[in-house]
Amino acid sequence: MREVAMVGAGMIKFGRYPEKGVHELAAQAALLALQDADMTMKDVELLASGNLYQSSAMIGQRIMKEIGQTGIPVINVANACATGSTAYREAYMAVASGAYDTALAVGSEQMGKMGLLGGGGGGGGGGISPEGIVGSGLMPAVFGQAGVEHMRNYGTTEEQFAKIAVKNHKHSMHNPYSQYQVEMSLEDVMNARTIAWPNTLYMCCPTGDGAAAAVLTTMEKAKQLTTEPIKVATSTLTSDPYTERDLTMPDVNTLTKNASKLAYEDAGVGAEDLDLVELHDCFATAEMLHYENLGLCGEGEAGKLIDDKETYVGGRIPVNASGGLLSKGHPLGATGVANICEVYWHLKGQAGGRQVEGAKVGLAHVIGLGSACTIHILQK
Amino acid sequence: MAEAETQGKQVKPILPFLHISDNPDEKPYLAGSKCKSCGATYLGARMACSKCFSTEPMEDVKLSDKGELHVFSIVHQSAPGIPTPYVAAIVDLPEGVSVRCNIEGVEPDPKNLKFGMPVEMYTEIVHTDRDGNDIMAFKFRPAK
Repeated sequence: MREVAMVGAGMIKFGRYPEKGVHELAAQAALLALQDADMTMKDVELLASGNLYQSSAMIGQRIMKEIGQTGIPVINVANACATGSTAYREAYMAVASGAYDTALAVGSEQMGKMGLLGGGGGGGGGGISPEGIVGSGLMPAVFGQAGVEHMRNYGTTEEQFAKIAVKNHKHSMHNPYSQYQVEMSLEDVMNARTIAWPNTLYMCCPTGDGAAAAVLTTMEKAKQLTTEPIKVATSTLTSDPYTERDLTMPDVNTLTKNASKLAYEDAGVGAEDLDLVELHDCFATAEMLHYENLGLCGEGEAGKLIDDKETYVGGRIPVNASGGLLSKGHPLGATGVANICEVYWHLKGQAGGRQVEGAKVGLAHVIGLGSACTIHILQK
Repeated sequence: MAEAETQGKQVKPILPFLHISDNPDEKPYLAGSKCKSCGATYLGARMACSKCFSTEPMEDVKLSDKGELHVFSIVHQSAPGIPTPYVAAIVDLPEGVSVRCNIEGVEPDPKNLKFGMPVEMYTEIVHTDRDGNDIMAFKFRPAK
């Protein structure tokens, strides 16, 4: 496998764009990433496009109709919330394998004000939905239960989960790409209406529209383009292995633990080497679990990590400097690419008011329920 | 000559693994399958064992109607038309199977629920489909 570098990043502010087509949002992000890399579509040899809800609409090809049709191979990817990061991985694999020198990954989604989402199938028979009658497969309940399991195991409190939301909303104040930029107190978060206990409204990510894109090329080419190439040290993808409750209660932990172990081995770095992490905080409870799953602290120590404010920008290991999904938004197909762009900007020193000073190694983690987990580690 | 009258309206399970017997004296139960190679037990049927990959046909098992509350959430906002709040739970059965379910019989408040508390299954008709069939669901409540 060849060394792969990221040489361009682009994203549009996440929000709601009912007047635009999703391919236009995607094309906008693609152009931004290409401009950042000082390239045009004629330099791209493969395009991987991630989009979940319009996965049959050939978004990748429609992007090229907006910004340049060259007849290159296009892969349209769907992998739940890990859709964008899986597209990024397709681009990475294309370059790493030696088959192509330069590839473009684009993630996009237009959710509008879509309601609560479910994951991983499991519908009922006879046309009658079991939702709300036989438990819940909707994401708020699934991630509520996952958080409650952490409470059961380690005595984690509602307040500790809420503190995570306080941190991410605070971080968002410095991110112009964030869908919401509203600072909130612990009381604001805890007194908000409950969606699915223990997560209140401000502990759940919003729905929305957005797009992000990245240009990947060989390290050799990257060195001709820039004096400070950003290496993609690993692109790791896992699915959920057999665990006892997984078929009933999605196990969001084991596949992330497996992915982080593989990713650290592949990249030759450990959790202690990371300067920042963008992880999949679809709910505040999820971020708590992933502190441990990614090895940012020991088992059962995640509550203390947030109590001690170690995951704030300026802390020992800043997590979700972007504001996370909780503030930045979570247009499903865009999220995985956007997380990697955020890490890229920190390593390039381009993250503005939220910059993690001197960042050299960063990790981007995404989980899609069903389940799929990606971890990308970028290195300066 | 009057047998044909029994055709038509039926009681149907909300999920395929809720087993409803033709014999009205037999209580409905959750049907599972057990891998003959490694013993892993599943809710409903599986084509092969997800744990050990054995493709030998599995053993049908009748799952217990008593279990323990593993975890829960109190759902306050759901899809349109679904009444809230309610307790969405995961219950562990002694056969090593977990079940997603509602917990009824308690006010939906975290203080009324204890990890590991014993719960028991019951069934009720929750809907009538457009063909007039009754849809039966299973629910759990604190064990008496």
